[in-house]
Amino acid sequence: MAEELPGRDVQADVTGGDALPAAGQPLLRIEGVAKRFGTFRAVDGVSLDIKSGEFFALLGPSGCGKTTLLRMLAGFEAPDEGHILLGGKDIAQALPHERPINMMFQNYALFPHLSVRDNIAFGLKRAGMARAEIATRVAEMVALVKLEGLEKRKPDQLSGGQRQRVALARALARRPQLLLLDEPLAALDKKLRESTQGELMELQRRLGMTFIIVTHDQEEAMTMASRIGVMKAGKLAQVASPRELYEAPRSRWIAEFVGDINLFDGETKLRDGHRLVIGTRDAGALVVAEPREPLGTGKFAVAIRPEKVKLSRRAPVSEAGRETAINLLDGVIADICYLGGTTTYKVKLDSGGMLQASVVNSARLDVDAYSLNQHVVAWFTPDDCVVLPS
Amino acid sequence: MSSRRIFARPARFAAIAPYVWMALFFLVPFAFVLKISLSQTAIAQPPYEPVFDLTAGWEALKAALAALSIDNFRLLGSDDIYVFAYVRSLTVAVTATALLLLFGYPIAYGMARLPKRWQAVAMVLVIVPFWTSFLIRIYAWINILQHDGLLNQILLALHLVSQPVVWLSTDTAMYIGIVYSYLPFMILPLYATLAKMEPALEEAASDLGAPPWHVFWLVTFPLSLPGVGAGVLLCFIPIVGEFVIPDLLAGSNALMIGQTLWLEFFTNKDWPVASAAAIVLLVVLLLPLLLYERLQKRQLEQRR
Repeated sequence: MAEELPGRDVQADVTGGDALPAAGQPLLRIEGVAKRFGTFRAVDGVSLDIKSGEFFALLGPSGCGKTTLLRMLAGFEAPDEGHILLGGKDIAQALPHERPINMMFQNYALFPHLSVRDNIAFGLKRAGMARAEIATRVAEMVALVKLEGLEKRKPDQLSGGQRQRVALARALARRPQLLLLDEPLAALDKKLRESTQGELMELQRRLGMTFIIVTHDQEEAMTMASRIGVMKAGKLAQVASPRELYEAPRSRWIAEFVGDINLFDGETKLRDGHRLVIGTRDAGALVVAEPREPLGTGKFAVAIRPEKVKLSRRAPVSEAGRETAINLLDGVIADICYLGGTTTYKVKLDSGGMLQASVVNSARLDVDAYSLNQHVVAWFTPDDCVVLPS
Repeated sequence: MSSRRIFARPARFAAIAPYVWMALFFLVPFAFVLKISLSQTAIAQPPYEPVFDLTAGWEALKAALAALSIDNFRLLGSDDIYVFAYVRSLTVAVTATALLLLFGYPIAYGMARLPKRWQAVAMVLVIVPFWTSFLIRIYAWINILQHDGLLNQILLALHLVSQPVVWLSTDTAMYIGIVYSYLPFMILPLYATLAKMEPALEEAASDLGAPPWHVFWLVTFPLSLPGVGAGVLLCFIPIVGEFVIPDLLAGSNALMIGQTLWLEFFTNKDWPVASAAAIVLLVVLLLPLLLYERLQKRQLEQRR
């Protein structure tokens, strides 16, 4: 990658650096933005602040409105309601070519009739940059994405990974205040996708740029983003760091959408200090930690991630009613799914429900492995459970 | 996977079929026309000589071959009538094709930007005139353009002119007729390329700072060039040889090569000169085609 990058002042002549935010203000503020297509509310009252230098991911299933929101930031769609403030200036109605924002398109949208060099130079020429300066910037971008020697190639003479790099270089060339990435890695195979994720993060850190990425791949969002906004049916369901999203999902839907999870429906039976006992239909009484925001009484679901469930042949020591009490569930192994690094067991509980447990294969020999129909005790601590409103 | 498999018998026949077709219905008739163009007129049946008679023996055949000459081609070059006719044909074809592109491109562009449902409707509207005979449509134009025709009535009613304008038997009438008749041939290939163009390309251009007009010139138009090439060829080639429209709508003072051919063949009964004129026309038309094909081949090679 390139050794050095010119300072941010170069940006001023391209994108009009007057819109840089004052200290402490978010770079981008989305205020009550809504977009309708006919009667369908694609984006329904989204508000969100994004700070300068953030790597933000919009995550959601297809049709949740994340792409529409991104397209409104780029200017391809105008919001029906709300404001989009970039550095304090409302750009909601500005045309795409008037915004200091660039986008990397899902299928790259490289100009097929232009060479790699001319693709990267396209935005610089439109900004009226001097010819010599354009040549320098293009060379710098080519080095940045490691495409040296391919400058004269046309897009259809490049591999998928190379095309992805050209698209990235083209979007970065103007040094936008905000870079939008629409499913940037969806077209790459798994290995290449993983290495590119790392490179994108490294690049974002080094350039100090603000990235907003749209993806339906939660692993990708978790890996790269410092903050994730989960969208559902046009609304932001939760905005949180990857860890918080995974360990403290705000709703049952998010818990199920992000990663695998075991859910047991039930009602509060007993409150004991900061321990709650919830009676569930499928797993009996479960001891859980009282969440930070106290729950009332009523119907809840106890959620536990598969990797937090431990399995053993005999029950560990636990005394009910004590602070150290843990949840013990008897069952038999109903299904085994070997995944290499981990093995996922499905345990048929004696109480009726099914429980997934993910166990790390820490030894090469299978001395610790369980076999089908073997009787096991599944156990987990109250702190590993999340209580969600049902 | 042996490569022979691909050329199993039915497939092999299908591959040969176009060549057989070309040989039977183009090369053989072309050989006849070429032979006639090298003959001389005669008051006989057929109206030219020599006539090859394969039953008369080898000597007679040799004599017939020796009687062939390129005099007719010399005549084409030396007589202004023919040169003018060729030049006029090319001028008319170039002008008309330029007009067609000028009118056809915006229509095709607009069609490609319509919602999918309306695109099909627009397509039908473009094709619908073909359901009426070509001749009837040209006669309708005569009706519209004549002295007391619809066009003059409208112009008079709107007080745009004080007395009827002469439209018929002018080049304007001919260009109206040609542009009207050939417009679908320009629109359809243009529409096909524009409709399949990825909309993200135009978005990417505007995202990178190009105002709408630049987006069109830097991205949309260059990418539609294959469609432009196809439309131009589809119109230019038949217009050069066009006979009916100039004959019915244009004046008789300047003839196109199609009309000259007709005169030579049916009025003057000079088959050899008419054949020579037809062969020169073919060569003139072949040039742009070869040029286009070379261009396409180069594009394909670049892609590899």
